[in-house]
Amino acid sequence: MAKFRKKKSGGGQQIDTSALPDIIFMLLFFFMVTTVLREQDVLVDQKIPQSTQLQKLQNKTLISYIFIGKPKNTSLYGTEPRVQANDVLISSPEIVQWVNQERDKLPEADRTSITISMKVDKEVKMGPISDVQTELRNADARKVLYASTKKTEID
Amino acid sequence: MAKSKNRMGNEINAGSMADIAFLLLIFFLVTTTIASDKGILNVLPPKQDPNVPPPDIKKNERNIFNVLINANNDLLVEGEYRRKAEGLDKDFKEFIMNFGAPDEDAVALFNSFPASLQGQAQRRPDSSDHPGEAVISIKTNRGTSYAVFLEVFDLAKKAYFDVYSERVGLTADEYRALTGDDEASKALQDKGKEGIPMAISIAEPDKVGGN
Repeated sequence: MAKFRKKKSGGGQQIDTSALPDIIFMLLFFFMVTTVLREQDVLVDQKIPQSTQLQKLQNKTLISYIFIGKPKNTSLYGTEPRVQANDVLISSPEIVQWVNQERDKLPEADRTSITISMKVDKEVKMGPISDVQTELRNADARKVLYASTKKTEID
Repeated sequence: MAKSKNRMGNEINAGSMADIAFLLLIFFLVTTTIASDKGILNVLPPKQDPNVPPPDIKKNERNIFNVLINANNDLLVEGEYRRKAEGLDKDFKEFIMNFGAPDEDAVALFNSFPASLQGQAQRRPDSSDHPGEAVISIKTNRGTSYAVFLEVFDLAKKAYFDVYSERVGLTADEYRALTGDDEASKALQDKGKEGIPMAISIAEPDKVGGN
């Protein structure tokens, strides 16, 4: 006990806390820079067309995303528009399987109301889109959202 | 402890800390883009059973408003060539609200409209009979650009939303923002839609100019 008391009397000097905010802010910066809201890497071009009649979906958990566009890495995937679901480029016949996987992630009561958000690049033609829609019909995921941004009115 | 009190003068000034924090907050508020889930909703038709022939729907030609978009992104609207889609929403709206030959239900529907909507009925014999019958048909080629298709689809939706919102006395933006979550907004939504189904048909594209 004597030893301890001795130490206490000697520790009168307070720690310098002036650097503490700097440390905290450095931490804050570190986390802000490294945090990415969506870790999904989009492998295809995405210039979303604009439109006026936008609607918002109430339930975000029901949405699954599908990306269609020209691959960014053209030397690897070619220049034809491709479909990306999750992290990989898939071909049309695999869409049914993908939809079923997505559907299995939802609670049972919500499985029928799965919504596919199609994020399609402006440059894509209707051909690939219609193929995807045919597959979505086969998978019975018929609610489709054509992702779009608000058109800025010029007039 | 007495010793530390003497050193109070050395404590840092935290007065500007709030400013720094706010600056950071504002910076991140401005730069962060949260992935938005906005878009144009569409419900695809159910899968066709190959053993069952498609239902043979008899519809008068005047009840269908045809829009064809070819691989050059030219439009053919009711047989007339058009270069641009602009202004199509007016045509769509006139077509929906034409009331050329309304039946009893349609007359009752018409009477339930506010005067501003009633005034828009042109009653042309070569356009739709009543909103319940009217169908907007959009047909594309495989080579049609998605952007043009979406523009036309957007305008068709706009025509319907204009009618719905005018009927319940809201602006179109307010009407579209109705979620249907609570009873009041659901009632408004249903009141706008009642008797006017959003009949936009998207035909399977034919194989021209695509792959």
